[in-house]
Amino acid sequence: MIGLEQVYWLIGMMFIAIAVQSWRDRSHRKWLGNTAFWGLLGISFLFGTIIGSLANGILVLALVALAGSGATGLGSIRTTSAVARDARARRHGNWLFGPALLIPVIAIIGTFMLGRIQLWGFPLADPKETTLIALALGIAIALIAAMLWLRPSLHAPIEEARRLSDTIGWAAVLPQMLAALGAVFAVCGVGQAVGQIATTWLPLSHPLAAVAAYCIGMAFFTSVMGNAFAAFPVMTAAIGVPLIVEKFGGDPAIMGTIGMLSGFCGTLTTPMAANFNIVPAALLELPDRNGVIKVQIPTAIALLIGNIALMSFLVFRF
Amino acid sequence: MWPLIGIGVIITGFAARVNPLIVIIAAALATGIAAHQSPLAIIATFGKAYNESRYVSIVWLILPVIGLLEREGLQERARMLVGRVRAATAGRLLVVYLALRQVTAALGLLSLFGHAQTVRPLIAPMAEGAAETRLGGLSEKSRMLIRAYAASADNVGAFFGEDIFLAVGSILLIKGFLQQLGILVAPLSLSLWAIPSALLAFVIHGVRLWRLDAKLTRQSKDEAR
Repeated sequence: MIGLEQVYWLIGMMFIAIAVQSWRDRSHRKWLGNTAFWGLLGISFLFGTIIGSLANGILVLALVALAGSGATGLGSIRTTSAVARDARARRHGNWLFGPALLIPVIAIIGTFMLGRIQLWGFPLADPKETTLIALALGIAIALIAAMLWLRPSLHAPIEEARRLSDTIGWAAVLPQMLAALGAVFAVCGVGQAVGQIATTWLPLSHPLAAVAAYCIGMAFFTSVMGNAFAAFPVMTAAIGVPLIVEKFGGDPAIMGTIGMLSGFCGTLTTPMAANFNIVPAALLELPDRNGVIKVQIPTAIALLIGNIALMSFLVFRF
Repeated sequence: MWPLIGIGVIITGFAARVNPLIVIIAAALATGIAAHQSPLAIIATFGKAYNESRYVSIVWLILPVIGLLEREGLQERARMLVGRVRAATAGRLLVVYLALRQVTAALGLLSLFGHAQTVRPLIAPMAEGAAETRLGGLSEKSRMLIRAYAASADNVGAFFGEDIFLAVGSILLIKGFLQQLGILVAPLSLSLWAIPSALLAFVIHGVRLWRLDAKLTRQSKDEAR
């Protein structure tokens, strides 16, 4: 059966290939750091499942040491010039969008079909993970199609992947790092401690004050933790259920949904939500790593006020 | 209360612009030590969770394809395509993308679009191309602003669309957690109550995207002076 593990193998092989290209690129001084960083990442994807928790932890420490000491950076990549790209764009025409559009099309079809395909009575793909497996399948087919059509050298896709991964740099592992920090916080009881503070210090005697405290608490706690999923259980157990639902008789479905969406307003404002805010800044080559957050803050504030108003209006009516 | 020291480490570290990876490890160690755990146990907990969240990095598999297409002029083509459409402006294009992102996310097709899949190779260059045609050239500052807005359209669309879909993680979390506390809610009612906030998000962010064009015009006039 194809599961996420097989997708991880593909990613692992890609990062190992990027590491090999970095190893061969001696023209700049960070070649060794780049080789080690992408190589370790490749090992994490290929062998992470079998090496055990402590080894994974030590691998992460090594990644942090490499990135934190500035040992990684943009390599010198053999790619096409701006002039050549312009000429090729004219020559290829709109067909260039073909492979890029093939990915979502196959991803959608695969999401609905993969779970149903059976071989000798066993499902071909893990039915719980069809979305991600279909996405990987779409990417693989698009790459093969693009290679057959454009006929670049076999190095080209890896060299281009290296160009992008060097651009993203350490931000590539930031989302996983933050997820791991969330797990440590959970084990150490950080959530409960925040909940305790929130209930002790906030004025909650009026229904609307409870609604405001719950929504603002969700947004604030989410921006600290980087994840509304971490904030939701804490704030809901501390304020949402005991006060809004039980004491003031609010509707739990409205409280839960709008509470979660208030948390998402916090997600828009924080570097802790790295895959939404910091990774895109790196991917789009913004000089300011908080550039995306800065344009999102006004929307987040207006929308949080809107969510508080919506919940105040709806939650005690239904 | 001592485990909260990790949150302090995070806030100080990010404010002091220390490399985030170092800040995160420091916060994990500080929190663990404050909760009387051994450093090795903390590293193992961290490594385990890091390994289990590898699925968030699946998107990087797209790098060879996008890179290859960029080498052949994908971004330039996206710019040309939009430059020909008279009615296209950066702001209008991003409003359309916001709507598209929200609707597809609401249908459960969250991984259809994204920063790596669509914003970098297609949406940002298209928006830049439209602004370039309209204003006759773009300063670096305006270009970066357009890119940041393109990323924001993706985020707002995804966040405030996905909860309308039934089987999304956050809806299941709300249902599961309320159930633990003895409250039963139907996932469908959770999805339906996500609609008012979704509409509000579209209006608020849509208006801000719409006004991007005026902002860019102002910027280019200021720079010309």
